[in-house]
Amino acid sequence: MEKTLPKIEIIEKYCKGCHICVEFCPKQVLEMKGFVVAVKNLEACIKCMQCELRCPDFAIKVSAE
Amino acid sequence: MAFDYDKWIRPGKLPHIWCPGCGHGIVMKGLIRALDSLQLKKENTAIVSGIGCASRLPGYMDCCTLHTAHGRAAAFATGVKMAKPEMNVILVGGDGDGTAIGGNHFIHACRRNIDMTYIIMNNYIYGMTGGQFSPATPTGHKASTTPYGNPDPAFDIAKLAIGAGATFVARGTAYHAAQLDKLIAEAIQHKGFSVVEILDDCPTTYGRRNKYKSVVEMMNRLKEVAVPVKAAEKMTAEQLQGKVLTGVLYKEERAEYTAEYAKVIERAQAAK
Ligand SMILES: Cc1ncc(C[n+]2csc(CCOP(=O)(O)OP(=O)(O)O)c2C)c(N)n1
Ligand code: SF4
Ligand code: SF4
Ligand code: SF4
Ligand SMILES: [Mg+2]
Repeated sequence: MEKTLPKIEIIEKYCKGCHICVEFCPKQVLEMKGFVVAVKNLEACIKCMQCELRCPDFAIKVSAE
Repeated sequence: MAFDYDKWIRPGKLPHIWCPGCGHGIVMKGLIRALDSLQLKKENTAIVSGIGCASRLPGYMDCCTLHTAHGRAAAFATGVKMAKPEMNVILVGGDGDGTAIGGNHFIHACRRNIDMTYIIMNNYIYGMTGGQFSPATPTGHKASTTPYGNPDPAFDIAKLAIGAGATFVARGTAYHAAQLDKLIAEAIQHKGFSVVEILDDCPTTYGRRNKYKSVVEMMNRLKEVAVPVKAAEKMTAEQLQGKVLTGVLYKEERAEYTAEYAKVIERAQAAK
């Protein structure tokens, strides 16, 4: 069966580059690109939502489907 | 589906004013998830704050809100609740607002057991005004007003609430973001004065003075010190040294103030 990839939406104008989502992602899916976060390895995402829950700035959204 | 926070955010208000990594945003998200899970109506929900970075929270919320005077949120919130007892009244604020200038309002709201929920964001400092020590600053820690280390012991805010008579007391942390909505929702559902202390972070005025290299380090500290109450039951006093209990710490049923006051009105009217 083909694995459906989640969708990770980053609202760049909200992101303040605090690194929280990058550091606490259990699968190293995210990275900093300059001052804002970017998706580095979407395939590794396990949709645990930890990044979305801990982002203080409403700047990252993970959709499972 | 990603959670839709926007339905509780006042249109056009984001990005918020809080610093990069400030935990207040994490708490606001937890509160929004709690309001949503309880399906509260905006016109029936009032969020009341005092002054401080934490107290700016209501300004972002799309429901009934009141941004009042420093330390006085409980007094204004009591007014709202007495005028409209059917409303869900939620107080929010910081450790400085709630335990220094507002300390008296805090303990008496606990004693009175009026049906409201108080979310207190404890970042151990007066963030807004540049990092003066608060009653929650740990002993030995640095603030702009204690550059050689704070000589005072800190309040344990949850214990203070229990001692003063709050009938529901819980503690969470900004790191343990996933639990915040459940703790806040349980507090809102409790009939009586409920307090949720949330250990928070202020990288800007507290972190940098106390040798935290980044907000990630501050989050890691929250991760390390927190012990859920259930897990603590199986731990020795030695293992619990330096730890902070999280979860629901206290719960009791006791006469609630608006209900008692309604009886006073009845008695007074009958006596005429
Ligand atoms: C009567 C009065 N005294 C002092 C102040 C200055 N003041 C503004 S915010 C604040 C402390 C806020 O600290 P806290 O409640 O912990 O919130 P934080 O900024 O840390 O989130 C103080 C002393 C004020 N606004 N009004
Ligand atoms: S959902 Fe989990 S695995 Fe996916 S990016 Fe976020 S933290 Fe990483
Ligand atoms: S947690 Fe939020 S604000 Fe911080 S870097 Fe990630 S997306 Fe940006
Ligand atoms: S000064 Fe501290 S409490 Fe205030 S917004 Fe910045 S990090 Fe948050
Ligand atoms: Mg504070």
